Order: sequence, then C-alpha cells, then structure tokens
Amino acid sequence: MSAAPRLLLWLLPALTGLAVLAGWEALVRHFAVPPYVLPGPVAVARALAEDWPLLSASLLATLRIALLALLAAVTVGGLLAVLFAQSRWVERALFPYAVVLQVTPIVAIAPLILIWVDDVTLALLLCAWIVAFFPILSNTVLGLNSADRNLEELFRLYGATRWQALWLLRLPAALPFFLAGLRVAGGLSLIGAVVAEFVAGAGGTGSGLAFRILEAGYQLRIPRMFAALALISACGIAIFAALGLVQHLLLRRWHESALGREG
Amino acid sequence: MTAAAPLVSLGGVARRFGNGTLALAGLDLAIEAGEFLSILGPSGCGKSTLLRLLAGLLAPSEGRIDWPRGHPGRRGIGFVFQDPTLMPWADALANARLPLRLAGLPRAEQEARGRAALAAVGLAGFERAYPRELSGGMRMRVSLARALVTRPALLLMDEPFAALDEITRHRLNDELLALWQGSGMTVVFVTHSVFESVYLATRIVVMAARPGRVAAVLPVAAPMPRPPGFRTSAAYAALCREASAALERAMAA
Repeated sequence: MSAAPRLLLWLLPALTGLAVLAGWEALVRHFAVPPYVLPGPVAVARALAEDWPLLSASLLATLRIALLALLAAVTVGGLLAVLFAQSRWVERALFPYAVVLQVTPIVAIAPLILIWVDDVTLALLLCAWIVAFFPILSNTVLGLNSADRNLEELFRLYGATRWQALWLLRLPAALPFFLAGLRVAGGLSLIGAVVAEFVAGAGGTGSGLAFRILEAGYQLRIPRMFAALALISACGIAIFAALGLVQHLLLRRWHESALGREG
Repeated sequence: MTAAAPLVSLGGVARRFGNGTLALAGLDLAIEAGEFLSILGPSGCGKSTLLRLLAGLLAPSEGRIDWPRGHPGRRGIGFVFQDPTLMPWADALANARLPLRLAGLPRAEQEARGRAALAAVGLAGFERAYPRELSGGMRMRVSLARALVTRPALLLMDEPFAALDEITRHRLNDELLALWQGSGMTVVFVTHSVFESVYLATRIVVMAARPGRVAAVLPVAAPMPRPPGFRTSAAYAALCREASAALERAMAA
C-alpha cells in the first residue's frame, strides 16, 4: 500500500471521532443540556484532568486486578489445557465443569464469591479470572490437538518421547490458538474486573474505576462518570493492542495470520 | 536378483483398517539392499499403507515383515511425505536436524550434520529461512534433508514430488538419484507416475488395488546414472510403454 492511502487509513477514523466529539459538544452547548444529564466532551476532559489523582489511582487498581486475572488465566488455563491434551480422561472429567463456569453469568456468581472470600482483592481477582480463563483453555486445547498428523507420525517414527512431542510439536502448534484466546481473554479480564467491582462497589467497598462510576452516579458527578468510562475503554483498547503486538511479534516469521501485515 | 539376503521381506502381508477396508492382502515382496525400488499403482492400491508398514508406523494384520540383515533401527529409516510436512515455526536448519534432536545428540553435532544435509540437497545458505519463505521445491528439499540427516539405510518416499511443477520435479529426480548413487542406501519410492518410476528406479513393483497386492515386478534395464537425454531416448520410451502396459493390466485385473 502506498503512503497516502495508509495515512488516510489512520486519519479517517480519527477525523470521524473528532467530528462526533465536536458535534456532541455543539449539541450540548446549543440546547444547554445540564452536565448532570449529558456533559459535553470538554466537561468530561476537564473532569478527567481535575480528578486525575483519584481516577488514576482507581485506574491502577482496576488494571492491576485485570492483569493479575489474565496472568492467572494464562497459567491455569494453559496448564489445564496441557493436562487435557495428555489425558482424554482428565479432559472428559473436567471440561464440562469449565463450560459450566463459563456459561454462568459472572454477575450472578460475584455476590457469592464476595461473601465467601473475605479479601476483596482476592474476590475481584477470582471473578475476573473465571471470566478470562475459558477462552485460553478451550483455544489451547484445540491448538494442542491441531498438530499436523504427518508430523506426529514423523515424531513417532523417530521415537520421540511424550515430552519431546509436547515441547517441540504440540505446544508450538498450539501457540497461534493460545494467542487468539489470549486476546479475547485480555478484554474479558477487564470486563470481569469491572463487573466484580460493580458488585463489590454496590456493597460500599472498592477503589477501582467501576466503583468511581457508581460513586459519581450517586453524587450526580456525571462528567467524572464519563471520564471513568473513557478510562475503562482506553484500558481495554490498550490491552487489546498490546496483546495484538505480542501475537504479531511471536508469529510474524511463520504463521499465515501474520502474512498480510508484512506485505 | 542378488543371492544375498534382502534388506526386508514381506510375506503374505495383509492390513485391514478399523472400518473393515482391506488395504493390502497377501502381499509378498522382497526389497534388496541398495536398490532403488519404485512402487507404482493407482490411488487406493495401498502404496502409502505399505510404506507405513515398512516404517513401523502400522503393524500388519496378517503375515510377516522380516529384516534378514537386522532392523535398521529407529534412525535407520527416513520418511518423506507427500507434503513437505515441516514445522512452520522452525527454520530450515531446525527442521533438518529434528531427527538428531529427538535422538538426543549433542547440539553441535545436530547443527553440523543438519547443515551438511541441507548443503547436500542444495540449500546451503538457507539454514535460517522459514518454510513460509521457501518455494515448494525448496521445502521439499528441506524435507529430504531431514530424512537424510540420520544417514538412513532405508529411505521411504510417499509421492514426494507429486505436488511440484514438472521442471522442479525433473531436477529433484536427478538430484535424488545423485544422492542415492554410491550411498548404499535403499530407496522405496511410491508414485503414480509411470515416467517418474521408470526414470528413477532400478526395479518397479506394479500394484493392483482393492485389495492392494503386487501385480507385476519390472526390472529397469537402463544405465545408472541416467545418461544425458535419457528422458527423450527410445529406450526410455520403450520402458515407459512396458510399465504403462503392466499398470493397465494391473488396473484391469
């Protein structure tokens, strides 16, 4: 692609966003909408700047929960997947319960977890982990079972041990699947953290962004509410982009999915 | 036929699959040490099954497979699949040295022999290239290097060049013959191309299908190495005609 269209590719969505923000601000000003109903982007930006010490602390709290949950999801999901791939019986015995955990809405389980687990951070972490681990588990299981059949025969021909087949064949074959799951899990861990914070925040405890949204709602500080919302979105975009970069760097030399980007 | 014991002999070998399909039945075949044997037959005649039996990847349902000179061992058999079957996440050298790595050889020896194998198939300088960065013919060369890296006594090839263009295929045919000559290696080369089997082999086994069995055995009486212009010679044409007729009889039977 030549330079001009590539620039346009980035410029176009940016200009659309700016136009929407400008239109929003103009409407709010023209109809004199009170800020506790709908604040304009300028008011939201001002709230973001003024409340930055408070909001940034909350941002860090939420981000910490989300990233720790993602780390736990990678560890537990990945290890379980390897275990499942080693034994069909273990998979048969446990996989249905992983599905149960996945399909039960986290909003419904979160209050229970908050009652059972005294430590709020741990409870939040557990909620976010439950939401995030399934895509990693299911994708990695699929990936571990997707190694080229002929390559598996070749490994057998040369007398590869189970460990060699896992390490040299099945794990690398599973990597693209795992990374796709990781990208989904990244977004989900943030959603899980926010949902759990909402449930915890409704009970009066919390310090994350979701709690700030609740608090701002009670106090009718709608610009701050919008500012917190914008931060959550930005967080989600940043996690998605960072994991996308990891995916690209790990796969660019060999995987078809990275083919288009090299040109 | 030489009087010496064959490398491997199959007696009354049958192979039935789980779904009841009889892939091979009553197959008798002796493979001489050092020969270039081509297995020619229509699709579904059990050619690939025969290779897998020889590789030990399958066990016969009936009959016996004997190795009068002793089994060449795990690393004494090389296998080249129809597709290059490379690990896409590993470079050419890592692919070529895989059998040695699985054998637990020292890293330095793996690398040295891997490099030598790549050089032998004309890929010196491509050690760090990933399969995706190589052409179809070059990928097949890496696959060949991987099979040769253990210096196998028996090389099994399952229609390895079928997916390549004709020019590349002809070049690889010549290079394969050059690698085989003087190596002492036995090659069993499965193909459905009459021309390829005549060009490569010292002996052709024609197989019939449903169930797979030996229909005819044709020695290829032509000089090795193939003289220049052999492909267009009358002798080559006559041999191809003969093999073609045998194949047709096998398919009619």
